[in-house]
Parts: sequence; structure tokens; C-alpha cells
Amino acid sequence: MSFPWAEEYKPKHPLMRWFDDRLPLPRLVYNSVGGGYPVPRNLNYAWNFGVLAGMALTLQIVTGIVLAMHYNSNADTAFNSVEHIMRDVNQGWFLRYAHSNGASFFFLVTYIHIFRGLYYGSYKAPREMVWMLGLVIFLLMMATAFMGYVLPWGQMSFWAAKVITGLFSAIPLVGDPIQHWLLGGFAPDQPTLTRFFSLHYLLPFVIAGVIILHIWALHIPGSGNPTGVDVKSPQDTVPFHPYYTAKDGFGAGLGLILLTILIFYLPNYLGHPVNYVAANPLSTPAHIVPEWYFWPFYAILRAFTSDFILPAKLWGVLAMFSSILLLFFLPWLDKSPVRSGSYRPTFRIFFWIWIFDVLVLGWCGGKPAEEPFVMISELATAYYFAFFLIILPILSIVERTKPLPNSISESVLHGEAAEAAPADLTGATPAQA
Amino acid sequence: MAAVETTEGAAPAVEEGGVRRRDFINIAAVSFAGVGGLVLLYPLVNQMNASADILALAQIDVDISAIHPGQAIKTIWRKQPIFIRNLTPAEQAQANAVDVSTLRDPQTLAERTKEGHRNWLITLGVCTHLGCVPLGAAQGEPRGEYGGYFCPCHGSQYDTAARIRKGPAPRNLEVPEYAFTSPTQVRIG
Repeated sequence: MSFPWAEEYKPKHPLMRWFDDRLPLPRLVYNSVGGGYPVPRNLNYAWNFGVLAGMALTLQIVTGIVLAMHYNSNADTAFNSVEHIMRDVNQGWFLRYAHSNGASFFFLVTYIHIFRGLYYGSYKAPREMVWMLGLVIFLLMMATAFMGYVLPWGQMSFWAAKVITGLFSAIPLVGDPIQHWLLGGFAPDQPTLTRFFSLHYLLPFVIAGVIILHIWALHIPGSGNPTGVDVKSPQDTVPFHPYYTAKDGFGAGLGLILLTILIFYLPNYLGHPVNYVAANPLSTPAHIVPEWYFWPFYAILRAFTSDFILPAKLWGVLAMFSSILLLFFLPWLDKSPVRSGSYRPTFRIFFWIWIFDVLVLGWCGGKPAEEPFVMISELATAYYFAFFLIILPILSIVERTKPLPNSISESVLHGEAAEAAPADLTGATPAQA
Repeated sequence: MAAVETTEGAAPAVEEGGVRRRDFINIAAVSFAGVGGLVLLYPLVNQMNASADILALAQIDVDISAIHPGQAIKTIWRKQPIFIRNLTPAEQAQANAVDVSTLRDPQTLAERTKEGHRNWLITLGVCTHLGCVPLGAAQGEPRGEYGGYFCPCHGSQYDTAARIRKGPAPRNLEVPEYAFTSPTQVRIG
């Protein structure tokens, strides 16, 4: 698809030829994830996580469809129907634990996938659209995960629905009507549960659709690589199959080991015990926190504690949404012509501080809203935004990057020694003297 | 693809029978993943089988003291109708008079009732043709030519031992597993 030397699909079996002439589906698969897609030969294991995320989505859809056969989206019976799944349905416990831990697995691999993109500059031209579609998928994932968490109708489910829809009430003038519109009432109740179930079933298929666009957009320029240098010749690539199907297969095996350890040995480790108490509109649990994958954003939400022109509540909500929406502008905030963090020594320092910063935000997000966590959240939130809005734009002007290899093959075959030539920031002409 | 060729060259040459170590690893890995995938299918399929709460309600006790000879009642067991019929001596004689070898599903009345309770005919009220509920249990319903049950859907006719006599049904009305816990109490299932 992307390079002229891509292997053309030539069906060997007459039946496949007959099929392909009428519906070129085998050709599409071959050119997307088969021998017909040339991929840079130097991808490291950070490139496994897209496939892992796709696998996680498949797992969620399969287990979710099955759980929906037993779940009851009625406010009076939803909680008991989940217990029915756990106790009565054949292997229902496995299916539910696979689904709830599968969500955590999905977010884990997606976060690593996003970090990979940030470190190696995968968001830069010509892959801006790939990046932005990825962010759309991420937002859809968050919405889906939140609504799925409400379905068991336990205490955390109920109060998550109340608190998260409450975010919208921060909007001036129309805030309360929007919250009531989302809930279908004044507080989470039957209408909320029914619509959340409907949307929770729908959105994964929307995600699957956007993933198709994501991969389509990716396959126009082809996959990036750890050097950030463009593919220049057939020597720089290997066919996706068998090279990366094998490598992704190995990564998938390791990922599934982690997931099965969670499902079989620590099924409730990432959950909250209080969600095994049925929803009670009259009593908020003492310590309410979202699932771990929302903690960094939850910390940003709570980092704003005093009114400054606008109410603190609105600042928190704006900051939380901005922390993700900001990423849509990343290709234009970071104008450095060098893609890969491996050749950007200063960027790399700030990047790893940012990773640490996100982990700190996550840690604070899981803690009660009290000191010192609020103070730490405030500092960490400041760095989060400064990294994108101040550090990256300045770095793209002042940073002295390391010399890039002439080509992917050179970086693979000659090792680091041959790359120690004068820096050439355009990356267009060979750095070799 | 120099690196690839180097790897190939470094690997041991083709062994006897033309099988390389890589072929073995490939087949072993894909087979392992394939078996894993098949195992994963088991819970996905089995979850649709009856769940524990459904199976737990699979036994009922029925009081039959109020059913007079010639009468029948309908009750529900496993979400399906059950006919409990108190046969009159004439009905029993009528059932016993039939030559069993002429029947489509040969069974005697004795085989379809319990020792000491020959007058109690307990069957599923589900036609063995396509699952409709036959008529004949309630007062005034048509009982068919053989005085038992008549299925209005496709015209199957059952005799006084609920054996199929005429029409498309292949088998007699099914006799569930049951036992008398007292002369007036029967436990079905």
C-alpha cells in the first residue's frame, strides 16, 4: 500500500483467485497485516502495543456480548443480575472478571501505545491524522469504560455516574440542564442505567470503526520506527507477515500471561470492594475514586481548589478536559524536525520527567482529596501543562539534536559508531560526511 | 534483507527430512495458540447452558389429593406444563386392551406409571411433534379419538396412557422422573 516495492497479492489457489476477483477482501487483509505491508525492519517491542490494544478491544467485545446475555439493565435488578453472573451462570465469574480486568488491560496497553507515540514523535508529519484518530479512540474508550463501570449499579457505579455527569454541571448557565439531560432525571436512576447500557454496547463498535480509520491513515505513510528516519529503500523494510506477526504474537503471549494472572489470581485487585454494595442514593462511600486508569485526570480535576476569575469547579473541569484535548494540538506544539526521542537528548529528560509526572498524578488521583496530595497534584498539573505548552515549543527551537543515521538499514547494520557525524536537523540529506 | 539472510545462514542447515528447527517452533507456537483459542471457546459456549439458579428450581412437589378419578390437572415444572391425570378403571382397561406391538412407540401403561399408583398418569404436556400443549387435561377440552389428549397444532392424538396413536408426533408424551413421597404427594424431577 505504502511503498512501491510492497509485495503484490497473488493468490495461489484458484478458489482464492476467484474470490479475490469478485471481492478483494483477501487482498485487503494481505496488504494490511500480511506480506503486502512493508514495515521498517528496526521496530522494537514498543511497537507491539497497537496490536495488543486491538486484541484487548476484541476481548472486550466478545466477553461483553456474552455478559449482555445475562445482565439486566433494570435499576432494581441490575446489581443482582451481576451477582447472578458471578454465582449461577456457567463460567460467568470468568467472563465477568475477564471483562473488568480486560478493561484495565486495554487501558494499560493503550497508555503504553500513547507513550510510545510521544517518545518517538509518532504524532509528527505526516502522521498527524493517525495521532488525532488515536486520541478520538482514547476519548471513546474513556466514555465506554465509564458507562460500563456504572452498569453493575453498586455504590461506586452510582456515585461515579453522579460525579462524572456532575462535571458538566460546572459549565456556566447550561450546566445543570446538561447534567439532567445526561442522567434523564435529577440523579442517576433507571433512565441513566438504560441509556448507559445502550451506549456501552454501541461505543465499542464505534471504536472499532475509528480503529479502521486509524490503521488506514497509518498505512498511507507506513509505520514509523525508533530512529524516526523515513524509509528510503526496500532494504529498510521487512514484510509485516511473518516478521511482525511473529513478534506481535510473542508480545500477545506475554500480555495474555499478565491478563490471566489478573483474572485468575487478582480479579478484584484493581476494583473497589464497596462496589459490591448495591447502589444507595442516600449514602456516599467514604472514599470515592475512579478506576486506576482515570486517576491522573481525576488528580488534575481536583488540583484546582480556589476561585480565580472563574469558579474552582469550572477550572478543574476545564483543566481535565484540556489535558486530553491539548494532545490534539501536539503536532503543532512540537515543531522539532527530529521525530525520535532517541536523538533528542534534552527532550528525553523532560519526557521522562513528564512520564514520572503522570505517574505522580495517578498516585495522587487514587488518594483522598487532602494534603499533601492536593499540593502535589497542583505542582504535577502545572508540569503536565508546562511540558506541552512551554517546554516542547521552546525545545523545538533551541534543542541541539544528535545526528540521525542515514537510513534505517545503516542504523541497524553499522551500529552507533557510524552515526557520529555532524548533526543535520533537516534529516533530509545523509549526515555522513 | 541482508540481516535476514545472515540469520538464515547462521541457523543450522536443513536437518534430515527437510525440517528446520524454525518449522518446529512455528508449528508448536501456532498449535499452542490454536488449542488456547479453542479452550477459550468453552466458557463462551457453555455460558448459554442453563445456569445454576435455573437448575436449582428443577424439582417440584405437587399435592394430588383433590384430583378425582377421571380428572386431570395442569401444573408447571421446569417452565413446561405437566399433566397429572387420575385414570378411571375404564380408562386403565382401555389402555391395557391395546396390543403394544401395534403402537408407534410401544409401551404398556405399567411402564408409564408407578407400582401401586397405576391410576396416576403423569406426563409432560408437550407434544412430541413440535412442542405445542395438547388439549384434554381441562374439563370440556377435546380428548381426541382415543380418549387421551389431542394436540390442536397438527392433530396428534394420544390415548388414555398418553401414547401416540395417530398424527405426526413420533413418541408418546414424555413421562418425567417422579416419585410418590406420600399417597397424596408426588415429587417431580
